[in-house]
Amino acid sequence: MDKKDYKNVYVFAEQRGGVIQSVAYELLGKARDLADALGEKVVVLLLGSDIKNQAQNLIEMGADEVIVADSPELKDYLTEQYSQVVYQIIQNNKPNIVLFGATTIGRDLAPRLASRLKTGLTADCTRLEIEEKEDTHEKEFRMTRPAFGGNLMATIICPDNRPQMSTVRPGVMQKHVREIGRQGVVTMFEPNFDKSKFKVKLLETNMNCKCSDDIADAKILVSGGRGVHDREGFDKLQNLADVLGGMVASSRAMVDAGVMDHCYQVGQTGKTVRPNLYMACGISGAIQHLAGMEESDYIIAINKDKYAPIFSAADLGIVGDLHKIVPMLTERLKKEMEK
Amino acid sequence: MNIIVCIKQVPDTTEIKIDPVKGTLIRDGVPSIMNPDDKGGLELALRMKDQYGAHVTVITMGPAQADVILREAFAMGVDRAILLSDRKFAGADTLATSYALAGAIKTLDYDLIIAGRQAIDGDTAQVGPEMAEHLGLPQVSYVIDAEKTAHGTLIVKKENEDSTQILEVEGKCVLTVLASAFKARYMNVAGIVEAYSKEVEVWGADKIDVDESKLGLKGSPTKVFKSFPKAMKAPGEIHEVSEEEAVEIIVRKLKEKHII
Repeated sequence: MDKKDYKNVYVFAEQRGGVIQSVAYELLGKARDLADALGEKVVVLLLGSDIKNQAQNLIEMGADEVIVADSPELKDYLTEQYSQVVYQIIQNNKPNIVLFGATTIGRDLAPRLASRLKTGLTADCTRLEIEEKEDTHEKEFRMTRPAFGGNLMATIICPDNRPQMSTVRPGVMQKHVREIGRQGVVTMFEPNFDKSKFKVKLLETNMNCKCSDDIADAKILVSGGRGVHDREGFDKLQNLADVLGGMVASSRAMVDAGVMDHCYQVGQTGKTVRPNLYMACGISGAIQHLAGMEESDYIIAINKDKYAPIFSAADLGIVGDLHKIVPMLTERLKKEMEK
Repeated sequence: MNIIVCIKQVPDTTEIKIDPVKGTLIRDGVPSIMNPDDKGGLELALRMKDQYGAHVTVITMGPAQADVILREAFAMGVDRAILLSDRKFAGADTLATSYALAGAIKTLDYDLIIAGRQAIDGDTAQVGPEMAEHLGLPQVSYVIDAEKTAHGTLIVKKENEDSTQILEVEGKCVLTVLASAFKARYMNVAGIVEAYSKEVEVWGADKIDVDESKLGLKGSPTKVFKSFPKAMKAPGEIHEVSEEEAVEIIVRKLKEKHII
């Protein structure tokens, strides 16, 4: 294998039910930065059924080329169907870097492909950079990720194998601003399926919750943990969120307790968020929770326990009872807003 | 029915602390446990054994100390335990690890392979799917339920971020399982006593079906360039004041930050 044959930064654009997922645009933003640093192109892989008309959208968000595989076989994600198509494209085009969202789809597809391609894959990256090597001044792709449950960060390289692949958690990278009318190339790819390998059939998909809004998109989050106690406690947070024009989120504890739905969960097993304001109410701040919100612009923590680890992540910490402070703050802000 | 379950011994990451001065992991006194998702996978296999009368084999790759989790598996009710232990496996990333596991599994009879979704020390979720590919088997990840049908297929329930899917799998496959879906049984007392009289088979690289150049560090495409403790944020201000004052402080800060 000659590394020089491998060029360009590829992004797997995840779609669900024909809707391109937010993480695809976030990856596209990052891919643009990486490609510019390398002097290479950004190529997006879009797989689905009746999906071609969304290619221009990806170009306006930063892609130079969109490779579309449009087939009824690709309507819903299935490991082998998708692996065959992406594998064929990678074998053909020899990308330098391939990025996937660290979602249940990306974390199923990327390792399958890495193993088929006999190359390296780094999971759940929080930072991707192109750096010059100290000795040879060669440009090197460095992937940083949390390890040991978030206790340590590790920077990983893939020096000798290509493509270099990573998955990135949703909410970690920033989308670029849309450039309306941006020009790019749309290439159609005709997959050559080996259907004898299709051993898994999708019988049914049931949507778990109908969260019309995604907490990852909210500018203001009022988030509750064990200290909120129950649904009535969350109603207090909701009133505050309403006054601030934000949304309510939750720690894992309250999801496990059945008080809040999983789609509102912030943290390692939930969502990564970076709002302008994150108000952590009654959240102790386990490292797994901090991993999902510590990039927020401004963090306010309200907790009875002054030794709670959340205070180490907070810009402003209030030691006190959220059940008293939150309703008082809500009333005070209502008056403030009327001014 | 022969079921193979892949398990891993991991440090209990919820007990890990960082040395604030040296910035390194403090591993002393951190207990080693069977990885939670793997234990969930083992529970699924044992439920299938209870229901259909399966023969369950557990396999792990690791140092000699990993014997402990295999004894635990015996005490939970497995029939056979294999420890892959060889210096040649050391330093493996997920590709080389999955390759070694696949090489061992190729020498065994099986109908179904179960692994945990991910291990709590690495959190990659890659070994299961990578192993499935080495074996040329289909995979279903994020599994929360599985049962056999009358005509020999498996009906598998999978949990995604926003949905639950029901899939049907034909023939042998690899499932990766979520701990939250399978509350593991306790070791039984007779089992604990017997666990130490049973044989854990220790296999080296020569016992399995592999090309040795693809094992361990030299078979690993990814390398750790550096590791470092997470940057600590500058401490914020903390107030322990009356509720009225607290509200005023928050309002003032929200104005300063142009949030209101």
